[in-house]
Amino acid sequence: MSLSKEIDYGTPASKSEDTVTLTIDGFTVTVPEGTSVMRAAMETGIAIPKLCSTDMVDAFGSCRLCLVEIEGRRGTPASCTTPVVDGMVVSTQTDQLKTLRRGVMELYISDHPLDCLTCAANGDCELQDMAGAVGLRDVRYGYDGDNHVKTRDGGGEVNARYLPKDESNPYFTYDPSKCIVCSRCVRACEEVQGTFALTIEGRGFESRVSPGSFGDDFLGSECVSCGACVQACPTATLQEKSIYDIGQPEHSVVTTCAYCGVGCSFKAEMRGEELVRMVPYKDGKANHGHSCVKGRFAYGYASHRDRILKPMIRESIADPWREVSWEEALGFAASKLRRLQADYGQDSIGVITSSRCTNEETYLVQKLARAVFGNNNTDTCARVCHSPTGYGLGQTFGTSAGTQDFDSVEEVDVALVIGANPTDGHPVFASRLKKRLRQGAKLIVIDPRRIDLVKSPHVAASHHLALRPGTNVAIVTALAHVIVTEKLYDEAFIRERCDWDEFQDYAAFAADPANSPESVEALTGVPAETVREAARLYAKGGNAAIYYGLGVTEHSQGSTTVIGLANLAMMTGNIGRRGVGVNPLRGQNNVQGSCDMGSFPHELPGYRHVNNADVRDIFEKAWGVPISDEPGLRIPNMLDAAVDGTFKGLYCQGEDILQSDPDTKHVSAGLAAMECVIVHDIFLNETANYAHVFLPGSTFLEKDGTFTNAERRINRVRRVMSPKAGYADWEVTQLLANAMGGNWSYTHPSEIMAEIAATTPSFANVTYELLEEKGSVQWPCNDKTPDGTPIMHIDGFVRGKGRFIRTDYVATDEKTGPRFPLLLTTGRILSQYNVGAQTRRTDNVVWHEEDVLEIHPHDAELRGVKDGDWVKLQSRSGETSLRAKITDRMSPGVVYTTFHHPATQANVITTDFSDWATNCPEYKVTAVQVSPSNGPTDWQEDYENFSRQSRRVEAAE
Amino acid sequence: MAPEKLTYMANQIAAFFRTRPHEEAVAGVADHISKFWEPRMRTQLFEMMKEPDSGFDPLVIEAGDRIRPVAKHS
Repeated sequence: MSLSKEIDYGTPASKSEDTVTLTIDGFTVTVPEGTSVMRAAMETGIAIPKLCSTDMVDAFGSCRLCLVEIEGRRGTPASCTTPVVDGMVVSTQTDQLKTLRRGVMELYISDHPLDCLTCAANGDCELQDMAGAVGLRDVRYGYDGDNHVKTRDGGGEVNARYLPKDESNPYFTYDPSKCIVCSRCVRACEEVQGTFALTIEGRGFESRVSPGSFGDDFLGSECVSCGACVQACPTATLQEKSIYDIGQPEHSVVTTCAYCGVGCSFKAEMRGEELVRMVPYKDGKANHGHSCVKGRFAYGYASHRDRILKPMIRESIADPWREVSWEEALGFAASKLRRLQADYGQDSIGVITSSRCTNEETYLVQKLARAVFGNNNTDTCARVCHSPTGYGLGQTFGTSAGTQDFDSVEEVDVALVIGANPTDGHPVFASRLKKRLRQGAKLIVIDPRRIDLVKSPHVAASHHLALRPGTNVAIVTALAHVIVTEKLYDEAFIRERCDWDEFQDYAAFAADPANSPESVEALTGVPAETVREAARLYAKGGNAAIYYGLGVTEHSQGSTTVIGLANLAMMTGNIGRRGVGVNPLRGQNNVQGSCDMGSFPHELPGYRHVNNADVRDIFEKAWGVPISDEPGLRIPNMLDAAVDGTFKGLYCQGEDILQSDPDTKHVSAGLAAMECVIVHDIFLNETANYAHVFLPGSTFLEKDGTFTNAERRINRVRRVMSPKAGYADWEVTQLLANAMGGNWSYTHPSEIMAEIAATTPSFANVTYELLEEKGSVQWPCNDKTPDGTPIMHIDGFVRGKGRFIRTDYVATDEKTGPRFPLLLTTGRILSQYNVGAQTRRTDNVVWHEEDVLEIHPHDAELRGVKDGDWVKLQSRSGETSLRAKITDRMSPGVVYTTFHHPATQANVITTDFSDWATNCPEYKVTAVQVSPSNGPTDWQEDYENFSRQSRRVEAAE
Repeated sequence: MAPEKLTYMANQIAAFFRTRPHEEAVAGVADHISKFWEPRMRTQLFEMMKEPDSGFDPLVIEAGDRIRPVAKHS
């Protein structure tokens, strides 16, 4: 292990397939056309001195350090901005260049503090490196002239040019005295992140980096704290605070972020077992060296004092917790579960697998249910997010897999974003999408809210279809109506790749005047002409790609909308190549993986139904036990069965169903009715208030394994420190299985992956060795596709012919009326993640310390609500209070909140309506009323007290 | 589970398949419930279907005989 320093080639790679051959310092070099001289030199191993260039942004040519001489050309051109030409002869080091470079460095250093020994960037400073590279020995100008470094000038007067350090951002500092105004941060903010928060203000010697306008600090600016500027900065000007606190790291390990489904690769930079910083990894195939505030900075939860590090048990949830040994906790849990099965039947217990844990851990948890409990009562949090994707894409294409890799976005001409808010939910993908949009791709947004993508710097949607929540199917079918009736479909593609008769049937259905944009306008609230224009753009605008999120799936017709989107892609031929497709943006880091691993109660790993005897046979042979051919209970069904008294015990790993699942009161009633709830988590989460056994979990930093991101990419998770509670999660599941007679003997997660590969065709060739060699691989990965599968359905659909299915709009029964006249929809924001258990325990709370209710000014005024007021939010299911935020981002009649904070418990409000096919809850539509309030409701106060009572811990004697 | 919730869920499934040709719709409802509903839920469904005014969509009633029966074990 050592500290991996990735090579900086100075300028981005050229994608040209034509090559150019030139000579640099006597070496013959062949590179793609369009490559800069600087990059060509670096590719042969010659590092030309440089400061303002870095390969994450385009060349700028301002520092004048990378000068070279080229035969037959006058002067000393900058190598970063000079493209290679056939036959060019370049010298990177001559007497003239040496003198020029030294002169440039003298100027830089004359206005830079000489505190290298105590500087945070010591050992990792490009300015220091360049001073060394050019042999700077003296600064003829001295240090007393006009400068940005000293607080007072030579005469003791205040130096007006000096600005103090900006420490407003919780994770990094901006020290203007160390800035060399190379613009790398400004360009990273523009080109990589796409936020345009930074600028250079002033001219000449006055120029300096500025967040927003004069006087703004970083925290108060538009900055989203993605870290790209810190990454780009060659000096200590923009520097992680953790480096100030700890010092430079000494080794690094490449691993995968444990936040959203983008699955960014990071280098965990370490000093011993202490994590110094997370740095986005340039070779990461999902993120290519970019990051967001969560993955880059919000890892502090892993060492938060709230971590529970000892197993705990209690007989009743009214008792305080008792810290015990692992043996006692596991023995207690195992005997309770076995007793429940003896008393109430084999099917009276089950598991919930985690979308945050690794594939290997998830595989073991479902195996625990199927092989040790002897039933199929296993489900996962995907139930409440993307289960409709599984059903909808499975029915139409033959597999639930998202069709593209993220790189595909680089060839998109029209992006249709529906029910997703990528800048907040999937920020690194959003940056890549915005980059493509700035290059000229068109954007259609279908969302009740005016999400940031609709209008942000240098990005604007061509069409924003601000529909009423709950009318997705009507809009999607209306788009199909236009495509069919205006004959915008791709007949050749449909005839070749799909079932033509089924298309005819679907076309007849879609063409029904009842499905026209004009007919559904009153329902959806979207002007018919906007729908028509959007349909034409999607069908005829070139490569069209659909990106969608939980705003599609979390509806009573979630599966139907997914089917409708698949229909749109098929009828326009937008499937099976780069730049197109149907792309579900998965919420959690390993939602894809937890589904792949057989977490659902009706299917074994690899999406194969339990009633398939051949598939059962594979696992029965591998596990040596019979497997039930009956589907098990889904999460909502488990809770119903618990209330009925037939479901009594639950092992819940890395999931907080009390906070994340809908209709909190129903969830708590179900949990309260169970006799043995085992929570396996890193914190005492809300579900643990109802638990009898608490098994301390491990973070992604503490274990080996794999996560599978939204593009089906299997990425390695690597252990960088010992599990704080003694065991990685997969070990704990194994101990529990063995306490129940499971007789498992895995010694490393790679052995679990070997079992997955042996039993699951789409993973057949996946091994840890392969991942080590390739970095990552996208399933299916088997003998047919040994390198994995970036794009699905290239030569034909997985199911054979693509299948069109009618998508009849059925209005949700969650309707507004006099008592509940507004529609509530829910979502997430950039700085917080899911139930907030992790991000609330980081400094990310400076951006979002509580859930707020977004409400349109008109609706607010009608109710006498002012910005920042406490309001009561009430639905048929329950009520809660939170502060109002008045914004015209909302349409009148629609309000919005997040579910990141347990104090709000937004899911007290949501109902138990769910998707017809999968029981995925209808989070996105709840009829509510909003009224002024004085503060928390009685329910919130009661819950707060209950939580406090429930979390009491008696230390072991 | 609450009987009205079970009826509601069954009828939701029927609503999706209703636009398909009748025979396919009945088969679709039966197949969906057989594949995704745990035996306890199907048992309750069969029990409730015996009632004259069960409130089930006619498609659900028609699919009834084709839904996978529940074996009497455990």
